[in-house]
Amino acid sequence: MAHQIMLAVIVLGALGIIFAVVLYFVAQKFKVIEDPLIDEIAEVLPGANCGGCGKAGCRAMAEAFVKQGNMEGLKCPAGGDAVMQKVAALLGCVAEASEPQVAVVRCNACFTGERTKVHYDGLRDCSFANSLFTGENGCQFGCLGLGNCAAACQFDALVMDPETGAPKIDEDKCTACGACVKACPRGIIELRNKGRKNRRVFVNCVNKEKGAVARKTCDNACIGCGKCTKVCPKEAIKVENNLAYVDYSLCIACGKCVNECPTGALVAVNFTPVKPKPAETPAVEAPKTEAPKVEIKIPQPEPVEVKKTNE
Amino acid sequence: MGGVHPNDNKISTEAAIEQFPVPAKVVVLMNQHLGAPATPIVAKGDKVKVGQLIGEAQAFMCANVHSPVSGTVSKIDVCKDPFGLAKPAIYIDVEGDEWMETIDRTPDIKRECNLEPKQIVDKLKEMGIVGLGGATFPAHIKYSVPDGKKAEYLIINAVECEPYLTSDHRVMLEHAEEICIGISILRKALGVPNAYIGIENNKPEPIRVMKEMAAKFEGIIVEPLKLKYPQGAEKQLINAITGRRVPSGKLPIDVGCVVSNVGTTFAVYEAIQKNKPLIENILTVTGKKLPSQHNYQVRIGISYNDIIKHSIGELPETTGKVISGGPMMGKAMCNLDGPTVKGASSVLVIDESEAVRAKESNCIRCGKCMQACPMGLEPYLFSALIKNGRYEEAGAHNILDCIECGCCFFSCPANKPLLDEVRLGKNKYRGILAARSKK
Amino acid sequence: MKLLNISGSPHVHSDESTKRIMWRVNMALIPALIVATLYFGVNALLVTLVSVVSCVLFQWLIEKFIMKVPTTIGDGSAVVTGLLLAFNVPATASMLWIVVIGALVAIGIGKMAFGGLGKNPFNPALVGRVFLLISFPVQMTTWPKVGGIFPTRLFTDADSGATPLGIIKEHGTEALPQAWEMFVGHMGGSFGEVSALAILIGAIYLLCRKIISWHIPVAFIGTAFVFSGILYLCNGEQFIDPVTTILTGGIMLGACFMATDMVTSPMSKVGQLIFGFGCGLLTIIIRNWGAYPEGVSFAILLMNSVTPLINRWCKPARFAK
Repeated sequence: MAHQIMLAVIVLGALGIIFAVVLYFVAQKFKVIEDPLIDEIAEVLPGANCGGCGKAGCRAMAEAFVKQGNMEGLKCPAGGDAVMQKVAALLGCVAEASEPQVAVVRCNACFTGERTKVHYDGLRDCSFANSLFTGENGCQFGCLGLGNCAAACQFDALVMDPETGAPKIDEDKCTACGACVKACPRGIIELRNKGRKNRRVFVNCVNKEKGAVARKTCDNACIGCGKCTKVCPKEAIKVENNLAYVDYSLCIACGKCVNECPTGALVAVNFTPVKPKPAETPAVEAPKTEAPKVEIKIPQPEPVEVKKTNE
Repeated sequence: MGGVHPNDNKISTEAAIEQFPVPAKVVVLMNQHLGAPATPIVAKGDKVKVGQLIGEAQAFMCANVHSPVSGTVSKIDVCKDPFGLAKPAIYIDVEGDEWMETIDRTPDIKRECNLEPKQIVDKLKEMGIVGLGGATFPAHIKYSVPDGKKAEYLIINAVECEPYLTSDHRVMLEHAEEICIGISILRKALGVPNAYIGIENNKPEPIRVMKEMAAKFEGIIVEPLKLKYPQGAEKQLINAITGRRVPSGKLPIDVGCVVSNVGTTFAVYEAIQKNKPLIENILTVTGKKLPSQHNYQVRIGISYNDIIKHSIGELPETTGKVISGGPMMGKAMCNLDGPTVKGASSVLVIDESEAVRAKESNCIRCGKCMQACPMGLEPYLFSALIKNGRYEEAGAHNILDCIECGCCFFSCPANKPLLDEVRLGKNKYRGILAARSKK
Repeated sequence: MKLLNISGSPHVHSDESTKRIMWRVNMALIPALIVATLYFGVNALLVTLVSVVSCVLFQWLIEKFIMKVPTTIGDGSAVVTGLLLAFNVPATASMLWIVVIGALVAIGIGKMAFGGLGKNPFNPALVGRVFLLISFPVQMTTWPKVGGIFPTRLFTDADSGATPLGIIKEHGTEALPQAWEMFVGHMGGSFGEVSALAILIGAIYLLCRKIISWHIPVAFIGTAFVFSGILYLCNGEQFIDPVTTILTGGIMLGACFMATDMVTSPMSKVGQLIFGFGCGLLTIIIRNWGAYPEGVSFAILLMNSVTPLINRWCKPARFAK
């Protein structure tokens, strides 16, 4: 009996030693020598693997940092300046400060109520629907409302608003990684500078149709009338292909253009309500209520007590 | 291999082809064909006649566009097509019905054709003929056989395996002789000994008529084919008639075949023998819940709303979908103000009860999609791969061979939108290939 | 007018649905249930009822309270599992509570743990059955004697009989019932398995409805027949003859209803032949050289595990090659 136990112990022990030796030599032979800095930097990066930097993931980005030795041309949009400072400290160089950005959905789409012209019954994928037809709202430029952007967002910052069926961005969560920008087959989402006090002015439409056609498609469409370009003190607005665009690097967020826009396509975000302008026509307001965008406060005549203006 | 048997629902076979009246206004799109849009050569205010060239083919893959009506060009602008996409178009206000003098409008059948093959192809190009089987491939390109390749078979697709559609059926019954003359002309253009007309077995009357007529012509053989969808898909038809298989990524001409729709051969006859450009279509207006079924000869550029108004008055209350083409491969329309184009073959009104897709459930791995696939592919696998973004693996499983016949979705007990997913995967995989070749 | 619908083609659908397939499988199992009731009495019906109700109930509870998804009990797949599980146990009164545990394992672990119908790698009914066989070996192999519709002692265990395979293991081949008796089902055993005739009626119905194809049953039964035939020819003393082999135990039920389960069997025809061959081979090996007298459940479960590999290997012939 005893020698059987001994035999088992010896056999197993010998096997263990043999495997250990083999493993040791294999590990030596195939050892990958890696700069420990890569691990350190990867640790600092957000680890969401969002691909916002253009690399395959956070580790690939860390490798790129170490390989390059400096930070030129490399930026982690998701981590922002805080992360870049940490990386800079590890690499021993100086990080350039950059404007914080945020994703902006430039469409007024609303998939409930009168605006819906047809019912889509197929695969819930924007890129497929885009190849099939114009979209439920009948706008061939606008949001399709099937949520590829929301699926692409790794930070829960972009969700489909159940009330309107359109995407909604949570500014605090958005890291401007750009995943949603790439996911949108119609190029509606844009990364824009967050702006001072998070105040931004932009054209909430990408419709390039001629005025009358665009207006027929959507009440809030940009009709390319060019009124906004005339009031802009900084020449930050350009109209091309019947579509106005506010250049965020030039815009000072004065908000003058917003009041000029006849369709409500120009919007200002995070502004305190300005002094009401009695001259506005009521025809403009109606469509605005149709497309409720919760986070957007459009300066418009409202019987609200105004404490101060921001100009 | 593969295939399904949908109910054929050919309820409009008895309706003779009627001439559709000319409306007050037409909109002629500049890209009614596969390829680049034609370039408008008329200006606002110009007077045009029926059959006058108004859009010229300037690119290689392009076809001429002629005015389907006489009147004044009211504007040159974009117009939303039936799928809502803006396309360049010429708007014409109709005045009278004055045809170009060159067009022979007599009912006599002209049998002789003395043109050389090259002249025939040139004339097809001039007359703006495109394939009417659905792809609207410019005819002059199809009938110019590239150097180093040789056409051995001319196959006429009269299968009409799509349910509901009857335009080919009616054309064969009413214009058998013209079709045979058209086929002879194409046979001459290609220099092939024989032309084969493939007709599905569920059309005994056209088979009889075409057989009788073909007997009077040299080198035209009628081949009745087994009833099965998609028997009329190009690759399946070639296989059924010649036994050859078009390899992955190749064209029919690579196996010595040229396939032409039967409607096209009628258009070819009219173009070559009567000098009539492609300005009219045979269009089926059908649907189970419609008060009447019709087959019309319709000028292109008439809006679908006009066609519906004239033929059935109003869409039934329970309309679920209005489809251009058949129920298996046609496209659902979202803008009925859009005009008809050269390839349009039907206005199919599908009732709500059939049009709304049932709720999708889990794949039960029954393999019905795989057995139904006429190309021997695995739709269930594509579905899983594409959901996870594994487009390249889908490509490795020959996703680009898919002919989009829809058999997979048709037979899926779990109602998975298999073809939607496959189309998405094909697009993505093509994108990957394009990006790779750019590098 | 209502809004027009837009979707990609095709715009029509065959009337095929998961629900219809599952209910047709249920229909096909009814002949076997009738025969079982004739031979084993009300106990068989009761066990079936308990099994089906508990399978449906567990699926509903799991979907409602754990997965929090819309319930799918209407599609009939839980009923199929319940019927097949019941058919795989003896028709004894003590099974009435044991089968509830089997149902929980079959539905909970065999199916819902993987995400529900269509995602399970193993046949849920067999998972439940094998669990019971290992956990309750005595009850699971206490076979009631064949009686009438109303056994003398209702709701209690009748005199225990033995299955033909058990008889062979213990007494050799002499004590076996006649082949004809075995074909109609006049023998001991799990009550759904006994009648080859009733199972074949159901299987023919499924074949006509194109819910199963002939490949798996034919390959399964054929392999078992040929393999056991070879063994019988080699040594007629030790091994039983091929006819008895395929008529006893669960081969018929397994080959026609459980190996053909769509979810867990290969998709291509060649794959199905390989699958059936493997099932047949493993069954005979387990029967003759294994610890258990019966090996169908183990054989099918083992082959279930290689189904993904078979699917990967056996591709349909591409048209454009």
